[in-house]
Amino acid sequence: MVTRQRWLIGSALLVAILATVPLFTDRRDLLNLLFLVYLAVCLGQSWNILGGFAGQVNLGHAAFFGIGSLVARNLWAVQNYPFSLAFVAGGLAAVAFAMVIGMPTFRLRGVYFAIGTLGVGEVLRLTTANALPLVSALPTELVNTYDLASRYELALGLAAASTLAAYLLLSSRLGLGVLAVREDEEAAQATGVDALRHKLAALAVSALFAGLAGATFAYYHVSYYPELAFSPHWTFDAVLITFIGGVGTLIGPVIGAVFYVLVREQLAVTLVSVHQVIFGILFIVVVLTLPGGLVDLSSRLRRPRKRAK
Amino acid sequence: MSPQLIAQNLVFGLFVGSNYGLAAVGLSLVFGVLRVLNVAHGELLMVGGYVTFWLFTLTGLDPFLSALVCAPVLFILGLALNQGLFGFVERLDEETKIKNSLLISFGLTLVIQNAAQALWTADERSVSSSLVAGGTVVLGVALPYTRLAGLILALLTIVALHQLLQRTYFGKAVRATAEDWEAASVAGIDVQRTYLITFALGAALAGVAGTLVSIQYSIAPAVGIAWTLKALVVVVLAGLGSIFGAFAAGLLLGIAEQISVFILGAAYREVVGLVLFLLVLVLRPQGLFGRPH
Repeated sequence: MVTRQRWLIGSALLVAILATVPLFTDRRDLLNLLFLVYLAVCLGQSWNILGGFAGQVNLGHAAFFGIGSLVARNLWAVQNYPFSLAFVAGGLAAVAFAMVIGMPTFRLRGVYFAIGTLGVGEVLRLTTANALPLVSALPTELVNTYDLASRYELALGLAAASTLAAYLLLSSRLGLGVLAVREDEEAAQATGVDALRHKLAALAVSALFAGLAGATFAYYHVSYYPELAFSPHWTFDAVLITFIGGVGTLIGPVIGAVFYVLVREQLAVTLVSVHQVIFGILFIVVVLTLPGGLVDLSSRLRRPRKRAK
Repeated sequence: MSPQLIAQNLVFGLFVGSNYGLAAVGLSLVFGVLRVLNVAHGELLMVGGYVTFWLFTLTGLDPFLSALVCAPVLFILGLALNQGLFGFVERLDEETKIKNSLLISFGLTLVIQNAAQALWTADERSVSSSLVAGGTVVLGVALPYTRLAGLILALLTIVALHQLLQRTYFGKAVRATAEDWEAASVAGIDVQRTYLITFALGAALAGVAGTLVSIQYSIAPAVGIAWTLKALVVVVLAGLGSIFGAFAAGLLLGIAEQISVFILGAAYREVVGLVLFLLVLVLRPQGLFGRPH
C-alpha cells in the first residue's frame, strides 16, 4: 500500500514537472515530440483497457479515434462551438458508436468483435474518404490564436487521465469483474459477473479515451484531412504500443509509447517506410516469445539477480 | 427502372461478387480447419496481384494464365508462413489460438504492406488481358469478356477445391480435422501436415483471387486490408467455417452492393457490407449457410 502511494505521488510529480516544460522552452520540435508521446500513451492506455484488461482484441481502434476527431473538428472549427464542448462531444460520439458495434458482437463469443471493429474502421475510412475528400485548414481567427503549449497541456492531461482511469478501473470492483471475464468468461458468469455488461463497460471507457485522443489530434493539426483520422495506422500504433510495453499492465502502454514514438521518429529519419516493417516484426516476436512486453522483460532480467542473493 | 437495367446491375453484382467469394473461400477454409483467423489474407491476395503484375510486365504473360503461376508461388509462401509463424500457435487452446493468430496476422499485415511499399512503391498497378477490349451483349445486358473470364476462373477454382475436398484422401483428412482434430489424430491422420497444407491452400486461393483483382481493379500495397475486410464480412455472412457458403455469400454481397450503389450512390458502397454484417449477427448469428451450434 505504501509503495502504491509512492507510485501515485511520483507519477503526479512527474506530470506536474512535465506540465511546466512549455514555460522553460519554446522549442517546437521538443514540444511536438512530447505531444506525440502523450497522444501515444492515451492511445495505448485506451486500447489496453479493452484489449489488455478485458481481453477483447479491437482491430478498429482507428474508428473511435476518427469519430472523436471528426466530430470535435467539425463542432469546433466549422460550427464555431467552444473547443471544450467539441472535445467532450467527440469522446461521447465515439462511445455511442462503440456501443452500436459492441452490443451485437459481444453477445457472441470469439472473433466477431475483432471482425466487427476491423470492419467499422475500414468502412468509416473509405466512406469518409468518399464523402469528405477535401483537406480543410483552420479558419484565420483560430490560426491566429493557435498556440502549441495549450495542445501540449491537453495531451499531457489526457495521457495522465487515461492512465489514472486505467488505475482506478483496475482497483475497482468493476475492474476485477473485467479481469475475471478475460480469464474465464464462463467461470466469471457463474460467479455472478455479467460478462456482456463488463465487456461493454470496458469498451465504453476505451472508446471514450480513443475519441478524446482523436479530438486532441483535431485540435492540434492546422490542416485537417478527415481520412487521416481514420487511417488504420492509429490502430497499429495502439496495438504495437500496448504489446511492446506490456499488454494488460498499467505501466506497459506508457513505456511502450515512449519507446515506440522515440524509436519511430529516429527510424523515420533514416529508413523511411522500412520502419513499419521493423515494428511489425518486433510486434510478432513480442506476441510469440514475450507476451508480457518490455515490462515483463525488465522483471525477467531482474529475477535471476534476486535469486543470486 | 427498366428490367434491362436491373438485369445489368444483377449481372455486375455477380461479377464483383465472384471476386469477394473467391477472396473469402481461402480465409474461410483456413479458419474452418485450423481455427486460425488470418487477417493478412488480403495482403496475400495483394502479393498475388503483384506476382501477376510482374509476370505481365516482365514476360508479357496473359494475366489469366498467370493464375497458374500465382497459385503455386502463394502456396509456397503459405507453407513458409505456416512453418515460420502460425505453426507456433497450433497447439494452443481454441480461444487463445484465435486471438494469437489474429495478432500475429495483424503484425504480418503491417510487415507485408510496408515491405510491398518499399519494394514496389505505392503506385497503383494494373494489367490488361488480351480480352480487355471485347465484350458481348446478351438480351441488352453488356458482358465484358474480362469479367466473364474472371467469373469462369473463379467458378473453376471453386469446383476444383470442391473436388479436392470431397473426392481425395487429403480432402477427407481436411474435413475430418475441421470436424474434430483430436478424433482425426486418433484415426491416424497427420493433423500437423493437414494444417500445413490447408494453410498453404488458403494462400494459393488468395493468389488466384489476387490475379482476378489485378485484372479487374488495380493493385497497390494498401489494398490488402480492404480485401481482408470484404472476405471477413463474407465469411461472417456465410457462417464461420462454411467454406462453400462463403462463395455464395460473396455473390450475395456483390449483388447487394451493386443494388445499393444504384440506390444510394457510390460513396456509401462500403457501408452495405457492414450493415449486413451487423444484421446477420443480430438475426442469424450462425450465418446464412451455417448450422446453429
